[in-house]
Amino acid sequence: MIIKPYGDTSNDGAVQLSFTLPVKNCGRAKEAAKLYVQKLGFRKVDVVHAAPLSDEFTFFVAYGKTEVGIDYDKVEYAEAVDKYMSMDEVNDFIKTHFKRKIVIVGACTGTDAHTVGIDAIMNMKGYNHHFGLERYPMIEALNMGSQVPNEKILAKAKELKADAVLVSQIVTQKDVHIKNLTELIELAEAEKVRGKMLLVMGGPRVNNKLAKELGYDAGFGTGTYAEHVATFVVKKLYDRMTTAK
Amino acid sequence: MTPAKSKLGLSKPKTAKARALAAEIVAPVQEFIDKHTTITIERATLRLLGADGANSDGIPVPNLIAQQCGGRLSGGAAVYYINALTKLSKTPAELNAEIAKGLDISKIELTDLKHIQKKAGELVKGLDARITANVSHRNAKLSQYKANVRSPLIYVIVATGNIYEDVKQAQSAALGGADIIAVIRTTAQSLLDYVPYGATTEGFGGTYATQENFRIMRAALDEVVDKEKRYIRLVNYCSGLCMPEIAAMGAMERLDMMLNDSMYGILFRDINMYRTFTDQYFSRMINTAADIIINTGEDNYLTTSDAVEKAHTVLASQFLNEKFAANAGMPNRLMGLGHAFEINPEVKNGFLYEYAQALMAREIFPEHPLKYMPPTKFMTGDIFKGYAMNTLFNFVSKATDQGIHLLGMLTEAIHTPYLQDRHLAIENALYVHNTMEGFIDEIEFKKDGIMARRARQVLDETMEMLSQVKKHGLFTAIETGMFAEIKRPRDGGKGFDGVYEKSPDYWNPVEDYLKNKLGVKAAPAGTAR
Repeated sequence: MIIKPYGDTSNDGAVQLSFTLPVKNCGRAKEAAKLYVQKLGFRKVDVVHAAPLSDEFTFFVAYGKTEVGIDYDKVEYAEAVDKYMSMDEVNDFIKTHFKRKIVIVGACTGTDAHTVGIDAIMNMKGYNHHFGLERYPMIEALNMGSQVPNEKILAKAKELKADAVLVSQIVTQKDVHIKNLTELIELAEAEKVRGKMLLVMGGPRVNNKLAKELGYDAGFGTGTYAEHVATFVVKKLYDRMTTAK
Repeated sequence: MTPAKSKLGLSKPKTAKARALAAEIVAPVQEFIDKHTTITIERATLRLLGADGANSDGIPVPNLIAQQCGGRLSGGAAVYYINALTKLSKTPAELNAEIAKGLDISKIELTDLKHIQKKAGELVKGLDARITANVSHRNAKLSQYKANVRSPLIYVIVATGNIYEDVKQAQSAALGGADIIAVIRTTAQSLLDYVPYGATTEGFGGTYATQENFRIMRAALDEVVDKEKRYIRLVNYCSGLCMPEIAAMGAMERLDMMLNDSMYGILFRDINMYRTFTDQYFSRMINTAADIIINTGEDNYLTTSDAVEKAHTVLASQFLNEKFAANAGMPNRLMGLGHAFEINPEVKNGFLYEYAQALMAREIFPEHPLKYMPPTKFMTGDIFKGYAMNTLFNFVSKATDQGIHLLGMLTEAIHTPYLQDRHLAIENALYVHNTMEGFIDEIEFKKDGIMARRARQVLDETMEMLSQVKKHGLFTAIETGMFAEIKRPRDGGKGFDGVYEKSPDYWNPVEDYLKNKLGVKAAPAGTAR
């Protein structure tokens, strides 16, 4: 099935754009903006707003229509988990299948000082009325906080015999998160803990696909709550336990 | 600015009692502060006396001197630097170059104290002239362009990592209407125990705070000042392990504001509490001397904890920050106490709570240029909803006469701001602030309505919390997680080994100068040389 953006009628391909060009605001600049959007492949381009940001920059809002479509049937993407459990269901699942507490260590690693992501998943209070992992009776959760070196989180995970390690990366300027996330995987391999514990990453610029590419067991982006991560962890651990038998 | 009477029905005796509790909490901490110095206080002192530059490995000259002094820092580093200047008959620039090449000034035999003190007098006089000139320049521009001052002041952040890119974005924002530009620091600079040297073009999520970067940005903004006929303020981060050194650099390069909190480093950066308390005192004296407005970091309590349940932790911290700052000689007009608009947008009547809390802060701190922070925690990839949330934030800020208004960015949850994000944020704020210019004088609130009850409840909870903190003492309160639900042991954290008990012969001519200038009472007897 070929699909295209929907503006106000099927398959009209309408797209809204906003961007800045490094030129002074004038008629020529606006014309350049229109031609630029056309070069991007849009037709029926309309530059609806132009505003100077300084003598050297102009901001534009534009609309255009595209002929480009995509075959939705050929798009591949695997969610980390098909169906999520609630906090109570996760606890029951652990009690039934593991008969011990699951240990999860998390941190905001590298130079990143922004703990809002890992806090949302791990802290007692959670986020948006979804309790964090510390609240789960059958999960032993340790949030190591911000700017934790990769070596340190792995050492702590080994010490506590963690079942899973959660790594959060919020500040991602110049793709620093990719470098840092890759380093953790390399370190885990060097220390031979890869495969012994689940490695899970999270952050606004992260998804499950990127996680798999980097060698993580799963990745979670925005809109993730503790129960999503918990469901993945317990189901994956259960899978490993049962296939190992 | 000062409201004639409380629109929220807040009790004057209660706020007075809260202030009394804060004073009792701070007193024993201040006693500790007065008896101690830190490695970065000594380096800040050296910087203010002229120490600058770095060796070929990039180690700053003030750090080299501190290394040379070692344990002798407990007596103060200034004496060795001034002694070397005197005995070698060198200017600070010449001496700095020698130190960078390897000269160990701690090994030079001390000359007659009278010569050292005379030289110290000269250096301090030069320092005072520089700081006074900066203050005079700022005041002259503020008064020259008084007609174009808007309230609240519009504050935006640049964060490219490259000071020259920062300049482009800062100038653009200032031309568009921003009154205050903050150059956010590269991630993790707060944990460096040195201040890098020179102009820098590589940083992550921000740009290194260096004295040269300060100078470059100051000059760039000064260009806009005369073009726009508005004074543009420059902000940096006087926090982390080099808090007093950043203050020193800011005082010398005419920064106008500094992020500077008495407890932020302890709670959110795991810096040792003794270190932080001692550093904040010295840095606040420098900021006060240079007429620099501090911005405290209470907004962080609400990004970590729930903004409805923990609103009182903000007010409690504001009272403590106020007292710590007052102890450093800082007048109310320089205390930009922080708070934030961080209630979950799904909370019913959340807007009324935000409004009540912002007005409460304004009424309790009438002379303070309150620093109001935008929504961040509940911002998502839905930039359109984010823009709507920022509009409500702009409304509350104007309706409660906040002093320093940090604009929310619609792309807050996505990336460091694009040029256009800042433009859209400024347009939003200018629109809202203009369209409701006289609103604050038009409106009153129901005596026992939702807002009045909310403000009274937060004040009551604050009193309860301050009573608890007083009972346990501030050190223990922090150890047991009473602030931001974060526990920090008193002998843990970074930088503890850089705290020194002042020896009986401790000597610091810059500290003496600051205390004298600000009318801060001298440390207990026996500590002067």
